[in-house]
Amino acid sequence: MTGTGVIVSKGYNWVMPKARVYITLKPTLLDAQGRTIENALHQLGFNGVRSVRVGKYIEIELAPDGDPSVQIEAMCQQLLANPVIEQYRYEVIDE
Amino acid sequence: MRAAVVVFPGSNCDRDAYHALRDVLGYSVNYVWHAEPDLNGYDLVVLPGGFSYGDYLRPGAIARFAPIMDAVRTFAEHGGQVIGICNGFQILCEAGLLPGALTRNIGLKFICKHVYIRVENNETPFTRLFRKGEVLRLPIAHGDGRYVCDEATLRQLEARRQTLFRYCAPDGSLSEAWNPNGSMQAIAGVANETFNVLGLMPHPERACEALLGSVDGRRILLPATYSTASIR
Repeated sequence: MTGTGVIVSKGYNWVMPKARVYITLKPTLLDAQGRTIENALHQLGFNGVRSVRVGKYIEIELAPDGDPSVQIEAMCQQLLANPVIEQYRYEVIDE
Repeated sequence: MRAAVVVFPGSNCDRDAYHALRDVLGYSVNYVWHAEPDLNGYDLVVLPGGFSYGDYLRPGAIARFAPIMDAVRTFAEHGGQVIGICNGFQILCEAGLLPGALTRNIGLKFICKHVYIRVENNETPFTRLFRKGEVLRLPIAHGDGRYVCDEATLRQLEARRQTLFRYCAPDGSLSEAWNPNGSMQAIAGVANETFNVLGLMPHPERACEALLGSVDGRRILLPATYSTASIR
């Protein structure tokens, strides 16, 4: 398999959906990592930096069946994000 | 009295808990592997500290799906007493057995030292042996101990007196200088609504013998029905 995301088998091409999931702390919560990076950037002279928030980026490859958005949504709710402290968004790419 | 110490892959305070419960407090103790399906016959279940599943994704995020957690939930629903210490606290929050969540310490550092906590409510099974306002000295060792929850939850916690412990100065006064990880309202430990599930970041199991600098942890680990006569 190459990095194109396409599985070639028995002469058929299946599109393999990929999802990119972005998870960040809710804006109302203090992001200690973001604050520290913000301070470091200021010390380096990047005085235009007004806010830094740190999050997680997760790439997921899916089998080409079912609705990928429905699956990713369920994954975010059950495991990938903690709804008490985090928010998430995702994009599904068919390559 | 029988106590279970749950062992996840990556737990590392399980032996401390086992030693304190058995050798100091006189419990009959079993390690219970995370893949076990039930906790029948125990009087107390302890979720120990450590780094279950390497803290991958979030501390406790993977451990909450271990088979034993269904048993912990059932045990708690039937009134069984559960104590989550450090990573155990994080797991109980992730599992929804306790409100809120533990986030990265405000200074980002892993903090390993003794701190002071104040008993806010002594009318619970976990705190009945303390005076209200009593100051305890216990060790902490965590990188993700900053307790947070939404405002509605916080109001409910305070109204129902579910906040059992707060970080404080040695004299019991509250100030951010004595709040090591930046927890909301300096919260160090919370109970569920029915006061049979406790989560706390400090380690009572490491404060059960004078040799270790404090014996304040002993009384936290004694459930309501336990006779204090058997403490060595």
